[in-house]
Amino acid sequence: MKKFSPGFAGAEPNSKEACMAFNYNFDWSILWSDPYGMWIIQGIGYTLLIGACAWVIAFLLGVLIGTMRVSNLRILRFLATLYTEVFRNIPFLVQLFFWYYAVPMLFGPLTPIINKISNLNLYVAIVGLGLYTASRVAEHVRAGYASISRDQYQAALSTGMSQVQMYRYIIIPYCLRLIIPPITTEFLTIFKNTSIAMVISVSETTFMTYQIDAETFHGFEATTAAMVIYFFIGMSVVKLMDLVEAKFRIPGLSGRGG
Amino acid sequence: MFFDYHVIIENLPYLLQGLVVTFKLAGLALAGGIFFGMLVGLGRISQRNLIYYPVSAFVNFLRNIPLIIIIFWVYFILPIMVGRNIDPFLAAALAFIIFESTYFGEIFRAGYQSISKDMVGSAYATGLTYWQVARYVTIPIAFRRMLPSLITQSIITFQDTSLAFVIGLHEFVTRANVVNNLEYRSIEIYSFVAVVFLILCYIGSRISLHFETKYRKANVL
Repeated sequence: MKKFSPGFAGAEPNSKEACMAFNYNFDWSILWSDPYGMWIIQGIGYTLLIGACAWVIAFLLGVLIGTMRVSNLRILRFLATLYTEVFRNIPFLVQLFFWYYAVPMLFGPLTPIINKISNLNLYVAIVGLGLYTASRVAEHVRAGYASISRDQYQAALSTGMSQVQMYRYIIIPYCLRLIIPPITTEFLTIFKNTSIAMVISVSETTFMTYQIDAETFHGFEATTAAMVIYFFIGMSVVKLMDLVEAKFRIPGLSGRGG
Repeated sequence: MFFDYHVIIENLPYLLQGLVVTFKLAGLALAGGIFFGMLVGLGRISQRNLIYYPVSAFVNFLRNIPLIIIIFWVYFILPIMVGRNIDPFLAAALAFIIFESTYFGEIFRAGYQSISKDMVGSAYATGLTYWQVARYVTIPIAFRRMLPSLITQSIITFQDTSLAFVIGLHEFVTRANVVNNLEYRSIEIYSFVAVVFLILCYIGSRISLHFETKYRKANVL
């Protein structure tokens, strides 16, 4: 399978495809013919794998950084703010290039060894997407804390809890329930953003549709199939999060009336 | 291994030309996205089922699909429709307008819905005409309420233009990649690209925050 290089997908000027374009033959059977059907299924597997693994990183780190943003310690607040501003204001595509091409070079003589790690692009995609999404999760967590009333904090402290216990047993469980709707959106977005991993040649769904185009010139059919796939992944995520919300609901606490 | 800024200076004109393309694409995407977003927003609050359901289906479908897929899709379908090859810039611009119109549409919907019936009623009660109500009451207030989200979405759109890389449009990131392939100075080049985006988007987010604080203090939000 070829490495991803932009601009060679689809119609090249004066190419065979350019002539075909006038009377394009739709061939949907390409989607289940050998080996392309398996490519798409493999692609879906990688999309789900990257999204799920990156989500674990994004969620844990996001809660940590969001909590740091409301910390009493100035230095923690500063570091957390710096993290969110940097990761939010740089396009994920650029971040991915930075992690994949620039960071290994920072290690000087070790660079060739690092570049030989098999599936390096997959790990970079997972970690990169996790770090990027963490900054967005952190913002929602911070907003969640802000929406919890001061009384709640004071009540927890007055029962004799320490700061850590207060967050661990009272504030974080409450906050996470409050922010389920925006978190659902982020969970949805993480699967959409896995598509950007194609630029470092991770064989996820979008990369596979691109490959099918490169081999068969039937990019339109493959991309349409990918649209439907992503739509169903998105729908499943929403359903899954509905179940999560129902499972963890505390009667009378959430805005939905319990 | 040290930071060799010469590689940036030597390639600066080439990279900045890419930034101009990025700005052009973002400008077109914003103009088109906001214009169609207004219409989509209107469709989303329409009383007529014939308008409401198709528009909602369009928005909900597109919001579940990655932007890259839409860029590819437009890039693949346009030659089939017009029968000849098209400029990547045109394909990217069209994809962005379609995609962003759904996001701006939701912002406009929220803006339209934030205007209470009581306020419109009071405005009419003071004797204003339909257009005066729109000109002096509803539009100024809705605009102020939407402005922070509009700026935030504009920043996201600006960042998203980097995705035109996948169809080989020679914008900022693609050019950085070209330079990297020639010079093999990844650290310098990608740091430079990241810092440029960071500065531009940070300024944008500050502007958004400024208006949000200002209007919150004035009790408009």
